Amino acid sequence: MGDVTKEQLLDFYKTMLTIRKFEDKAAELFAAGRLPGFVHLYSGEEAVATGVCASLTNKDYITSTHRGHGHLIAKGGQVDKMMAELFAKVTGYCKGRGGSMHIADVDLGILGANGIVGAGQPIAVGAAFANQYLKNDAVSVCFFGDAASNRGTFHEALNLASVWKLPVIFVCENNRFGISMNQKDHMNIVDVSQRAISYGIPGVTIDGNDVAAVYETAKDAISRARKGEGPSLIECKTWRHYGHFQGDAGLYKDAQEQEEWLKKDPILKLEEKLKVLKFAKDTELKEIQQQIQGQIDAAVEFAENSPEPSPEDVLADVYAP
Amino acid sequence: MKKMTYAEAIRDGMRVEMQRDANVYIAGEDVGKFGGCFGVTAGLFDEFPGRVLDTPISETAIVGHAVGAAAAGLRPVVEIMFIDFMGVCMDELFNQAAKMRYMFGGKAKVPMVVRTPCGGGMTASAQHSQCIEAWFTHIPGIKTIMPSTPADAKGLMAAAIRDDNPVMYIEHKQLLAMSGEVPEGEYVIPLGKADIKRAGSDVTIVAWSWMVHKALAAAEQLAKEGISAEVVDLRTLVPLDKECILQSVAKTNRLVVVNEAVRTSGFAGEIAAIVVEEGFDLLDAPIVRVTALDIPVPFNAKLEAVYLPNETKIIAAVKSLF
Repeated sequence: MGDVTKEQLLDFYKTMLTIRKFEDKAAELFAAGRLPGFVHLYSGEEAVATGVCASLTNKDYITSTHRGHGHLIAKGGQVDKMMAELFAKVTGYCKGRGGSMHIADVDLGILGANGIVGAGQPIAVGAAFANQYLKNDAVSVCFFGDAASNRGTFHEALNLASVWKLPVIFVCENNRFGISMNQKDHMNIVDVSQRAISYGIPGVTIDGNDVAAVYETAKDAISRARKGEGPSLIECKTWRHYGHFQGDAGLYKDAQEQEEWLKKDPILKLEEKLKVLKFAKDTELKEIQQQIQGQIDAAVEFAENSPEPSPEDVLADVYAP
Repeated sequence: MKKMTYAEAIRDGMRVEMQRDANVYIAGEDVGKFGGCFGVTAGLFDEFPGRVLDTPISETAIVGHAVGAAAAGLRPVVEIMFIDFMGVCMDELFNQAAKMRYMFGGKAKVPMVVRTPCGGGMTASAQHSQCIEAWFTHIPGIKTIMPSTPADAKGLMAAAIRDDNPVMYIEHKQLLAMSGEVPEGEYVIPLGKADIKRAGSDVTIVAWSWMVHKALAAAEQLAKEGISAEVVDLRTLVPLDKECILQSVAKTNRLVVVNEAVRTSGFAGEIAAIVVEEGFDLLDAPIVRVTALDIPVPFNAKLEAVYLPNETKIIAAVKSLF
């Protein structure tokens, strides 16, 4: 991993920590009854979005999932506008019309979190087709979970992407659970990357809690796609710290396994690495932590002080003019 | 003006828009060299290299990819070979395409057209004959078009492609070979404008797609019997030209709605409800719906004839109002 510089690793750290602190705050607010709707938290999976999005620009598209906060932050989403959307305020990314599961910003290349498991796959393929058609050198990345690879959308999207040789990277965040269902009970293979074989595209399985590994692997796949060499599948083995949604205690998880995975926390791993490589001291990391906590607290303040959408505007934006 | 078939007019509509706008492309099953299952895209593959794409038999990916491509700046026109196959790709249309703009706070636009043929009378049985337009009219965020003539087919195709929203462009298999005069070059009919296909004073018959022709045949017969029927062709169901319907009813004071779809929860009921709510005082008689029966489309031709609306049923419905 010699290619990853100190600056990059520190950037990764800041992004991952922003995601974690955003999610911890969302968990706290939800438990206190201050957030409407549902929230699905990304804590534990930060290395995936961070490592992948590090090689993307605003011209590149991503499709996200119901567990989308991490993808949005890694792709450049602002935490204040995101938090405002969680609070259903008019200053939110979707003017309070979408909520946690539908945050999007087309200008940043974010084609939306999605409330339907597996729905992002064909959409990412379409965006990749647009990139190919417009010859604009951009790619699209589709984030999805292990369970979403059981949907028909997965099959149709990977097959079409392969046949049309599209610049799309399918990033499977294998957190081992489809809601409550353990992967061993919802598919008869261990590595989702094996499924790539059926579509004649490269598939690889990596440690999704090692941000440098994710970065290197995704960088290659993205560069391959940019060169017109077609789609690929990256499976990132990871673990979600919380339940499926806030309010789900995750009792179906094996306690020992949960404990082991918590020790493999991608942020702890990165902190260790930064210290071992002498890229940062404890005091510097603390400083970063405080700075990010400040941003998250400011985001909550912004969201809480923002107005609600006006009922007079309820009919706007159903159709484009 | 040039004489062409309904299928040729759809093609001409797509061709002119593809010439105007390099971001318009076509994708679907067998739409390329083969020219489409009903021949609608014939010749476009050679005329527009790289812009008419065959897809695998993957309706979900066809409509789903169109959503992503449209959100990313293109104007896809995708073909679903039979409207009956829309069940396979409904999520892509109704949870993704239709809702993106609203859910995203007005920031996205999804300018895509789904072309698909509907309709019965061809002994094509239960999975290749349906009229399910009400599925789409029930989803805010989608526009729904059902042309009945070659000229309308061309003008509405241009409007559908230029529209910045997802549009269901529903063709009728019975009409594909029908020929008529069609304006040449650029020709756009604004969405949401009904057309009075025959003027009359005693009764309004509202219809769309193939049923317009059944209504016209019925009106012809009724005229011989001294009843003057006005035939209103909706052309687009969403947006709907309520004014045209209400103005016609204001003139005739009687309304029959003809819909090839099954009766329950069909769009004919929507028209009846609107006229009752907004034009009750205009009516001198109850509104009558002429629809298909509430059954899957039967294969046997005699059974299918019983299932479908026809001139005789329309004439009987009209006469029941006097």
